[in-house]
Amino acid sequence: MVMAEGSEGARPADADRAPAGTGQRAAGGLGGSAPLLALRGIGKSFGPVQALADINLDIPAGQVTALAGDNGAGKSTLIKCIAGIYQPSGGQLLWNGQPVHIHTPKDATQLGIATVYQDLALCDNLDIVQNMMLGHESVKYGILDEISMELLAKQTLRDLAVSTVRSIRQPVGSLSGGQRQAVAVAKAVMQEARLVIMDEPTAALGVSQTELVLSLITTLAERGHAVLVVSHNLTDVFRVASRIAVLYLGRLAASGPATGFDTQSVVDFMTTGTSSRLGEHRKSALSGGFTSGTEGWTDGN
Amino acid sequence: MATDRGEEHGGQSQDAGAQGGVTVTGDPLGGDTPPTEAAVVSSAPDLLADSLADYTRIWFRRVRSGESGALPVVLGLVAIVVYFQISQPSFLSASNIANLMGQAGFLITLAMAQTFPLLLGEIDLSLGFNMGIGATITVWMVSIAHPFPTWVAILAGVALTGAISAVEGLVIVFLRIPSFVVTLAGLLGLNGVLLWIYEQTGSVGNGGVIQLHNNFINDIVSGNMSPVAGWIALVVVVVLAGVFMITRDQRRRAHNLASPPLSVTLLKLAVMATIGVVLLLVLNHNRAASLLVTLEGVPWVVPVILVLLAIASILLTRTKFGRYMYAVGGNAEAARRAGISLSRIRVLAFAICGVLAGVSGLLYASLLGSISNNVDGGQYVLYSVAGAVIGGVSLFGGRGRIVGAVLGGFIVAVIYNGVILIGLGAAGQYIWTAVVLLAAVTLDAIARRGSSAT
Repeated sequence: MVMAEGSEGARPADADRAPAGTGQRAAGGLGGSAPLLALRGIGKSFGPVQALADINLDIPAGQVTALAGDNGAGKSTLIKCIAGIYQPSGGQLLWNGQPVHIHTPKDATQLGIATVYQDLALCDNLDIVQNMMLGHESVKYGILDEISMELLAKQTLRDLAVSTVRSIRQPVGSLSGGQRQAVAVAKAVMQEARLVIMDEPTAALGVSQTELVLSLITTLAERGHAVLVVSHNLTDVFRVASRIAVLYLGRLAASGPATGFDTQSVVDFMTTGTSSRLGEHRKSALSGGFTSGTEGWTDGN
Repeated sequence: MATDRGEEHGGQSQDAGAQGGVTVTGDPLGGDTPPTEAAVVSSAPDLLADSLADYTRIWFRRVRSGESGALPVVLGLVAIVVYFQISQPSFLSASNIANLMGQAGFLITLAMAQTFPLLLGEIDLSLGFNMGIGATITVWMVSIAHPFPTWVAILAGVALTGAISAVEGLVIVFLRIPSFVVTLAGLLGLNGVLLWIYEQTGSVGNGGVIQLHNNFINDIVSGNMSPVAGWIALVVVVVLAGVFMITRDQRRRAHNLASPPLSVTLLKLAVMATIGVVLLLVLNHNRAASLLVTLEGVPWVVPVILVLLAIASILLTRTKFGRYMYAVGGNAEAARRAGISLSRIRVLAFAICGVLAGVSGLLYASLLGSISNNVDGGQYVLYSVAGAVIGGVSLFGGRGRIVGAVLGGFIVAVIYNGVILIGLGAAGQYIWTAVVLLAAVTLDAIARRGSSAT
């Protein structure tokens, strides 16, 4: 079943996916549980500008979902809608199948959604432990309990298999880009995030640093977190993502298991919203519940 | 603890407003007493090294890479002291050192006060006149016909300066006006308020001077601890610090966390003890000019400064508030996203700055033996910034330690006195301070550039 989304004619197809559980089953080929987060018809407009329209996307736990798209496609707007910075103008967010309203970043944090922005929001002058515990310090008799905080931070880093830092008492400013990314992620995980959203995690990194971050992303998913990675870098996307969603001009051009895409088709979706190469992958795409939502390509082609 | 507070000695009670006439001098040792374990907590070599040799190696590497910590300040202080001592042999005499402690007291406290806004990347330009107002209120309250109890007067002065700075902080936070502008207005306005207070209290007729006839306040600077009390205090401080540092290290080791090698901790304690012993040996000497009186012991201002330093150190390095100060100064956006209330931290920082300014005013009045309406608040605020910056506190926020501010303030005081002692007067004093300030900032900048280049 190939579904077209985002065009009027394709609307009925949405009905097939309406119950979150069934959609997930088709999309991810996973067991019967609802995806951790499901977006249903999410739209966002700023005045007359329609930044996002009718986004349907499942973000299952234990998997890496990549969100690709060209500049201005609406990637940032979409993650801000999830992170509580923007309010969607329409549609619904389902958290474990339950409708939720995320009004503020705090709401998102309380649900267990942590966003690691490109700027990482780390204090260079504080050390790794201080950064990871910032805002969640443990205190005994009014005095910071450094030992328990350091143990907690150490354990979290170990769980994430981050072993490249020499001392967790060195200032974050002295770390490499990849290590900083790792600290930012560890900080998110420590605050019991179940969904970690990462905005361009490898954008400014060298080769070995990128490896570090990619393996970190994989580890996160293996530990059962849902990971949503926003990235331009298709090599990285294919390395880590088990699911890919491509935005084009505020609409979901395509989404499905990574196996349903190749680099060229993703590039096509990103740049034109459609892909002629889709046919070649149609078989696998179909079995995986591949969806594509463009005007020019519809059901039955 | 035995005290010896009744003493007065002439060199201390200066006429109001005659700050320029202050002489006397500097001891490199007093200022750099490594005060509390707290200051050491965040420095990395402690936790990276396994042995003393290792520690030394890591420390040298850090110095080379620009993380020199207090080293340039200490070296600079030593150089200045050596120069003054060569130029004027009375520089390191016991009476000079005792007098310097008194003069350093209010400058060090001002530098500590300024450190709080500076750590946030803010500044308090009104500090000098705020200090003057607090001192005036306290001195007036104990000098009127029916004086208030001393502690009430002191609390009132300190509470007032704290409140004034807190109001400035509130204006900065809620009207979103840069602290530079708000406190610049404060500098002008508080100068006016200061003059107005003298008009209201009818002190203008006395030449704008209120004499301080309160023994307790006078003795903060002019009184001395008895020699025995000095020794007891030193032993207590060193033992407490030792017990604290060693048990803390042991607890860290018990949890398999990196901790400084025992040899390093012992070395630190030994340095602390040595400085204290030398200081006590010098100051416990009878330094009276006349054979008829005895003048010995450590001036009370020294323990006062050390207690302030310990409290401020603990506040900045061991509490949530301190952690948030550095976080806000380092990356306000990150702190905000971590759920920290920036407004609360900013207002609190200004309030603490004001309280310390009030204490500074008290030490200032104690030094002069009076307070007047021509307190040079504009100059003192610049000294407070100079002291903090010389001590390694960054103007851009997030970097610097309170012990650095103490050292920096002490250097300012040493120059303040030493230059006059060698006969250069006010002109030399300003120029010297300028050169040292510039040298300190330049060294820091070069070191940082070196570190970012590698």
